[in-house]
Amino acid sequence: MTYLPTADHDELRAMVRELAEERIAPRAAEIDEKAEFPDDLKELLAQQDLLGTCFAERHGGTGLDTIAQCIVVEEIARADATTSLIPIVQKLGALPIIQAGTDEQKDRYLPRLASGEWLIAFALTEAAAGSDVAANRMRATRDGDDYVLNGSKRFITHGSVANILTVFALTDPEAGGRKGMSAFIVEADTPGFAAPRVEHKMGIRGSPTAELTFDDVHVAVANRLGAEGDGFKIAMATLDRSRLSIAAQAVGIAQGAIDASVSYAADRQQFGQRVADFQGIQWMLADMASQTEAARQLTYAAAARVDAEARDLPYWTSSAKLVAGDTAMRVTTDAVQVLGGYGYITEYPVERMMRDAKITQLYEGTQQIQRLIIARQLLQRAGIAKRGS
Amino acid sequence: MKIVVCIKQVPATGADKRYTDDLRLDRSNVEAIINPLDEYAIEQALRLLDDGSVEGVTYLSMGPEQASEALRRALAMGGDGAVLITDPALAGADEWATAKVLAAALDKLAPDVALMGMASDDARGSLVPGAVAAMRDLPLLSYGAELTVGDGAARARRLSAAGFDWITAPLPVVATVTDQVGEPRYASLKGIMAAKRKPMETWSLADLDLSPDELSGGALTTVTGTRQSEEKAPTERIENLPPAEAAVKIADWLAARKLI
Repeated sequence: MTYLPTADHDELRAMVRELAEERIAPRAAEIDEKAEFPDDLKELLAQQDLLGTCFAERHGGTGLDTIAQCIVVEEIARADATTSLIPIVQKLGALPIIQAGTDEQKDRYLPRLASGEWLIAFALTEAAAGSDVAANRMRATRDGDDYVLNGSKRFITHGSVANILTVFALTDPEAGGRKGMSAFIVEADTPGFAAPRVEHKMGIRGSPTAELTFDDVHVAVANRLGAEGDGFKIAMATLDRSRLSIAAQAVGIAQGAIDASVSYAADRQQFGQRVADFQGIQWMLADMASQTEAARQLTYAAAARVDAEARDLPYWTSSAKLVAGDTAMRVTTDAVQVLGGYGYITEYPVERMMRDAKITQLYEGTQQIQRLIIARQLLQRAGIAKRGS
Repeated sequence: MKIVVCIKQVPATGADKRYTDDLRLDRSNVEAIINPLDEYAIEQALRLLDDGSVEGVTYLSMGPEQASEALRRALAMGGDGAVLITDPALAGADEWATAKVLAAALDKLAPDVALMGMASDDARGSLVPGAVAAMRDLPLLSYGAELTVGDGAARARRLSAAGFDWITAPLPVVATVTDQVGEPRYASLKGIMAAKRKPMETWSLADLDLSPDELSGGALTTVTGTRQSEEKAPTERIENLPPAEAAVKIADWLAARKLI
């Protein structure tokens, strides 16, 4: 297994970086201020084939390896975390279909997702079921050739702009979330579905985080993913892979903050010298860079294990997400410190990056959930895992 | 209908340019890009391909082997194939030798339009397009803000002091375009992937039936020295004055330079 980026990876990074610096970075402050979904940048990413990297070529994608997918997210997040969520969520929502979908389901939905014609959302979280996924209450009741979905979801990224959603609901409430949950593909124009409200957030403000309501939403049995009761398994297998995108996003945010700090410190004069010439600042920059590099390399190491279908994948992806998220938070906070008062105002990007970084410690499993996953993997390796965990 | 776009690989704009002992551009360890002004020629050619005016776009470059990277980048933007002319005898080639080689290659490729950027970012001689047209005895449509082809002719819209002129010539032609044609497109990911599979040929001087002797060792001109361009004098500002006083100052300034 090799996880050193290749010449192709370098070429991809250069391509995405040019696009991100020229077209995405100049929009980032406005997207944040107005809290508007960047439709224009979604179109741009679709046009450049950057929403199809996780899809096979036969489904209209480019079928890139996982390190390459991480590089795309990283380079977009370096310019704007909100925009990087467009490819991230496209993969998150599609993973249940890629992993558990029938050929018919894949042929019907994946090409439109790969081209960016349609956006998808992943609807798992509920108001009372965040980290505790098994506490989900949304119901799916069989009615002839349909299921009827009733209930609500909360904190669903892109929930209000997606054309289709992968939705998790209980088909067997007696069995509970772990055994009685199933996954469905729901088209957003189905009667009874609505996204009545989006959250006001601290960061990633241009990315709509929606509350969803399902009021007698009829979904064909043909749109169920996997067997009845497979929902929890599908959700966990999805998150085991998708959280790596958050690690890549965190690395990108951190890198953006480092680059902004270095450029500011090289320009700003205080006490008759450049801020960059103070050793105190140099030590901060060195810590920021080396820690981010460590997070990046761990992310690539985990990415290589996705492609190698490693048995202990959760150990790697959770470790990468944990380390990268905490690194992004620390590095962006230090970036604000390097810029001093200028770091605290919206004239410079680092305060936005600091607000954006916080979410990487929360979503797709909080840092505390990542630690639980890592610890369980450790215990499993030692052969002392609790049965059923 | 076929277009050949001639492109040049140059050091990245803003890169620190160094020279070898014999005053040639040191290309090692310098980031190399497609000459930015050539990207407009590529964009113009691809627009003609997109709207169906032409059937094929091929790229042609003369340079060291690493210039193949520039050709790949162009192919990632679109187009069908590329030819790189590389030969040790061409090291240090000047505009005349470059034009002679490109003219020979274009004779072989026989496009309806040989399209080029208006200048290169490194040497800025702007001599090659005219020289190629003269050597091939073809019309030159230069400095087009837009180029169209059809009905056996090419037409260039060229900005003029009064507005613009349309210049028409029967095909085949040599043409150059300016940055007015529109922003060059970004290569898409599929474009980059497809470019790796597009055909790229490498020709030597022998493939063009040219001998190093005919090229006078690659150059008619000799570089005798280089120097940094002089810094511009600081801008003089006339500000925070009442209009009448400011007008007198401006008039004095112009009069001192015999401009009024």
